[in-house]
Amino acid sequence: MSEHEYIPKSKAGKWFNDRLPLLTLGAHLTDYPTPKNLNYWWTFGGILTFCLITQIVTGIVLAMHYVAHADLAFASVEHIMRDVNYGWLIRYIHSNGASMFFLAVYIHIFRSLFYGSYKSPREVIWIIGLMIYLLMMAAAFMGYVLPWGQMSFWGATVITNLFSAIPLVGDSITTWLWGAYSVDNPTLNRFFSLHYLIPFLILGLVVLHIWALHVPGNNNPVGIDIKKPSKDTVPFHPYITIKDAFALLVFMIIFAGFVFFTPNVLGHSDNYIPANPLVTPAHIVPEWYLLPFYAILRSVPDKLGGVILMFSAIFILFVLPWLDTSKVRSAVFRPIYRQFFWILVIDVLMLGYVGAMPAEGIYLVLARVGTIYYFLHFIVVMPVVGYLEKTDPIPMSISEPVLNGGAEPSLARKVNDKV
Amino acid sequence: MIKSNIKLLVLSFLLIISFRPLHSAEMVDPIKVDWSFKGLTGTFDRASLQRGFQVYKEVCASCHSMQYLSYRNLGEPGGPEFSEQEVKAIAASFEIEDGPDSQGEMFTRPGKPSDKFKSPYPNVQAATAANGGAYPPDMSVLVKARKGGANYIYSVLVGYEDPPPGVTLDDGVYYNKYMAGNKIKMPNNLMDGLVEYADGTESTVEQMAKDVTTFLAWAAEPELEERHKTGVKVIIYLVLLTILVYLSMKKIWSRVDSEM
Repeated sequence: MSEHEYIPKSKAGKWFNDRLPLLTLGAHLTDYPTPKNLNYWWTFGGILTFCLITQIVTGIVLAMHYVAHADLAFASVEHIMRDVNYGWLIRYIHSNGASMFFLAVYIHIFRSLFYGSYKSPREVIWIIGLMIYLLMMAAAFMGYVLPWGQMSFWGATVITNLFSAIPLVGDSITTWLWGAYSVDNPTLNRFFSLHYLIPFLILGLVVLHIWALHVPGNNNPVGIDIKKPSKDTVPFHPYITIKDAFALLVFMIIFAGFVFFTPNVLGHSDNYIPANPLVTPAHIVPEWYLLPFYAILRSVPDKLGGVILMFSAIFILFVLPWLDTSKVRSAVFRPIYRQFFWILVIDVLMLGYVGAMPAEGIYLVLARVGTIYYFLHFIVVMPVVGYLEKTDPIPMSISEPVLNGGAEPSLARKVNDKV
Repeated sequence: MIKSNIKLLVLSFLLIISFRPLHSAEMVDPIKVDWSFKGLTGTFDRASLQRGFQVYKEVCASCHSMQYLSYRNLGEPGGPEFSEQEVKAIAASFEIEDGPDSQGEMFTRPGKPSDKFKSPYPNVQAATAANGGAYPPDMSVLVKARKGGANYIYSVLVGYEDPPPGVTLDDGVYYNKYMAGNKIKMPNNLMDGLVEYADGTESTVEQMAKDVTTFLAWAAEPELEERHKTGVKVIIYLVLLTILVYLSMKKIWSRVDSEM
């Protein structure tokens, strides 16, 4: 929060600002003191905002032409691709946009894990972020159902069937979700309704996410508290805006590469076959961004156990700020934790890979090992390492050398190089 | 030492993912064809598209529908680009059911360019019943709906063989090297000289398979040429803008960096 009082220069501005301080808000966002050592991993917040807006804008246009009916949905998507002006472009931006959105959110989450951005006093930012992530997964899943291809239909069948694992009321809940006795037209209709609703919920949570961020201010690669504003900070505009813009443009080049040159590479070819309840595809796989959780689900021989473990894999992240016992935020100064962090990254990538493979033989073994490590990392490694680890010396401020040494400026240099 | 441990982990991960899953032993990778529409600036071979349409019309269309295409698409840029007269003539050669008229009766009339491609059967059930219980899939997006895309479609068309010893086939089932499970209910419909190409090209099985696959690839992605062209422009624009923004960023940040 900027400390100084903002007074609009014009009379009209002052009149309006006294009644609704939008100009004060604007001034706050412009001046917002930001650590000057933020690296490019910090640009993904802005990139994610861009992704959300892109999905909403393209989605609204698609909804003008799409028909949410089991007999017409597939044909209406082809109508968009063939007859709507630039319909192919809008749809490919939207479908690849979902993948780009998840790519960015995973980088954003792992950045937070590495630099300890979830720790006090930023727990609420973290929890709101996880709620956004959960809603993103729901929106993406329902969006994938809308074209009503084979993967849409069978993906929806597999995921909604998970709820039938709940003891006693499972079957009733599943029927209630479907609005029928199987995935059918009512299911498609409600998924479309919810798919349109959820992005606006996400938008609301994004506002809260940023609001909560602006209370303590940004974490930074060194992970220390800084005085704001000070020599360690720069005003958000133009320093961070231009840096975010640069990173966003690089991101957009990759995005455009997918949209224009390999628009279907991230999807499954079976989804260009119209949904057929009588023919089950050989392998039912979700979109790539849900694969690690799919691997965890299938690593358990018991259905209910698998469902519980899969949901636990997400919900355990909510208590992360309290599982991590280390006083030091940034992994830059945590030599042991840093190794485990990379093991976790590899573990999640491996789970994603085996999630795409049939659940048998070596893949099943790997899925089980990966699942066990995933939980051990949060339940055992984080509390224990945080407690036992001898951390490296931490600098007093971003601009100044490390704590115990004007004598050791080289160490501070090294720290800066790493981040 | 810990660093090398991580390298070891990454290596073993790469090793694991490099093991391709072994499906059924008989499955053969599709033939790799050097399609003109591959790559960043790929375009369709116009003559091949027109020949491919002929193969579709004379051979495939008796069983396979292409319900998402309209006759007008045949004259649009980026496609076979038949002339307006040709498109009208093609459309008019089909009897399309229309109606109801003011008396409430359905009637047939010659097709117009705005009509969708006429389907050979009134519905999926009729198509299935007429083809020995196997529905001949709609071909509008077939190339996008098969793993391996155009290469796979081409391979299946030229992949008919006598079954190896020990494999017995039911009546109306054929052996195909590239089909999943090797059994296909579509008979081998292509034989040398089957169609007479207007442009004098020799109609070998390979030539017809290549032409009709090109046609199907266009049918599945009629926007491909425009997509490629726009894509190149968009990327060039973004790269230039990125360079400008990068230089601006360096200039703006030089004020801060000089203090450090």
